[in-house]
Amino acid sequence: MTVASPNAARGVAVELIGLRRTYGTVNALDSFDLHLAPGEFVALLGPSGCGKTTALRCLAGLEDPDAGRITIGGRDVTALPTNKRDLGMVFQAYSLFPHMTARQNVEFGLEMRRQDKATRAKRAGDMLDLVGLSTQADRYAHQMSGGQQQRVALARALAISPQVLLLDEPLSALDAKVRTQLRDEIRRIQLEVGTTTLFVTHDQEEALAVADRVGVMRAGKLEQLAAPLELYARPASAFVADFIGLTNRLRGRATGDRAEILGGSVPLLPGSGSGDVEVLIRPEHIDVTPDADGNASVLSASFLGAHGRVTATTDAGEQVLVQVPSASLPDFSPGQRVRLTPRGDAALAVAL
Amino acid sequence: MPFFVYTTVFLVIPTIVVVVAAFVSEGRPTLGNVRALGNANFLTAMRQSIILSAATALIGAVVGAILAYAVSTARPDGILKRFVTSLCGVLAQFGGVALAFAFIASFGAQGMISAWLKKAGMAPSSTLWLYEWNKGVLLVYLYFQIPLMLIVFLPAVEGLRPQWREATETLGGTTWTYWRRVAMPILFPSFVGATLLLFTNAFSAYATAAALVSQAQPLVPLQIAGTFTSETVLGQANIGKAMALAMVVVVAIVMAIYTWLDKRSSKWLVR
Repeated sequence: MTVASPNAARGVAVELIGLRRTYGTVNALDSFDLHLAPGEFVALLGPSGCGKTTALRCLAGLEDPDAGRITIGGRDVTALPTNKRDLGMVFQAYSLFPHMTARQNVEFGLEMRRQDKATRAKRAGDMLDLVGLSTQADRYAHQMSGGQQQRVALARALAISPQVLLLDEPLSALDAKVRTQLRDEIRRIQLEVGTTTLFVTHDQEEALAVADRVGVMRAGKLEQLAAPLELYARPASAFVADFIGLTNRLRGRATGDRAEILGGSVPLLPGSGSGDVEVLIRPEHIDVTPDADGNASVLSASFLGAHGRVTATTDAGEQVLVQVPSASLPDFSPGQRVRLTPRGDAALAVAL
Repeated sequence: MPFFVYTTVFLVIPTIVVVVAAFVSEGRPTLGNVRALGNANFLTAMRQSIILSAATALIGAVVGAILAYAVSTARPDGILKRFVTSLCGVLAQFGGVALAFAFIASFGAQGMISAWLKKAGMAPSSTLWLYEWNKGVLLVYLYFQIPLMLIVFLPAVEGLRPQWREATETLGGTTWTYWRRVAMPILFPSFVGATLLLFTNAFSAYATAAALVSQAQPLVPLQIAGTFTSETVLGQANIGKAMALAMVVVVAIVMAIYTWLDKRSSKWLVR
């Protein structure tokens, strides 16, 4: 794996080994394994209730696993209380102490570490500078916007120079524009400080944009852990292919390492099924051209900004999404006959 | 508009009547009524009223706050929580003659608990303590002060966010650090505010004390009633209104502090 931070050497390795956590009859974590390299930024992604937050809270010591082991920098911390694990955490929202100013919030962890006043003040100043809030140091939480509060929370978590940084959906309560800005800022800061980071989110765009590797979870298990591009281009399972980005599911016939769909042939990814299959193919991996003798009819054509989307129904009755450049959208209108052709990018096929 | 009518009829007009009457005697303006407040009987009653109110407010606040925390840890929609909060809603309004009678029927000379104690050979030498302002009255007041504290303080305790405790722990703090540095400072204004509310509640209470204390007038509300009903000293009604004015002043000061504290803590505990 490649760790992007030039300061990764400052980070430590983190291992979650065979974690199990049940709530009644629900397995929140089921033999869950995860390894983070020093300085690595890993995002855990998955639908609600998949266990991603439970994994993070177990690492934080806020939940006790029923079984399994957690190590930070090679040290077994499974039985250690949260306050002895040396980690920083940013919560979903509203975690700043409301009776303290931004500066006092950032200094809090340093006070717990018995740093003297001058050191605390300098470190807090530096951290607020790092998150671009040095002018807001004397403001209380209720005097700041949601984005500013989360920046202070990040500064507070980093001020103690933790071995591990935990981010528990820190952007989910923010509006779209602030979310994108802060997301990029979190990545910039993480690259700068080189702290090993675990980021939990349900937003795939967020995860794919900032992480060195993304882990997709389902029912307490890690379905796939890979670099964002690999995850998108080479999903290991139908669940991952479905969960990450848009996917068409088209019936076809697989023979060897190829499958026939839409009158063309596509190479198959390892792990694909054979015989009668459903091929999971991305909208941008299909070409659409106007053709009176084609194999599909246009249902709709939508403008989405940088690109457009044509929705067509094949003669076999399957609905297919195709991504096209915005400039070519006027070429398509509802009811028009078109030809759909796979471009030849590798796809995953699942046996029917 | 309905609120305006309500406050005018039940707060503004009575206050104006009290203020004006405190400075009038036999149809002429005078400072005599207010000067009469300097007499030893009134000053003693005022001191005792303040001591009784402060003591029941403090005890009620501490016990009620602990109970509020205990209730806040119960399941939000659980039956225990709903039962306790409903019960406290009733008990907080259960002052007056009925409550006094309940205590007399339990702890009085012929009371049920007194009778059991007598049977068990543990009968107290006297049950007169029940009718003294700093013993029986104080105990009976707690019966509505503690539930009132629970109702008033519970929203503040429930406003404490779990993230604050978890943030404290991830930053290296302990449970004690959380209470000392985070929870208690956040709750402090609400706690003091609720205590002041309890103080005014006890300070203005009349019926409970009147039912327990039959002859003497050790508290200001009883003295005020005496000026209106006394058969031995007539023409004291306006002095009673001056006493009421003194009470209004004390309550106004306390409520001003309460409002200031409430404003301060509500910024922190927005849910």
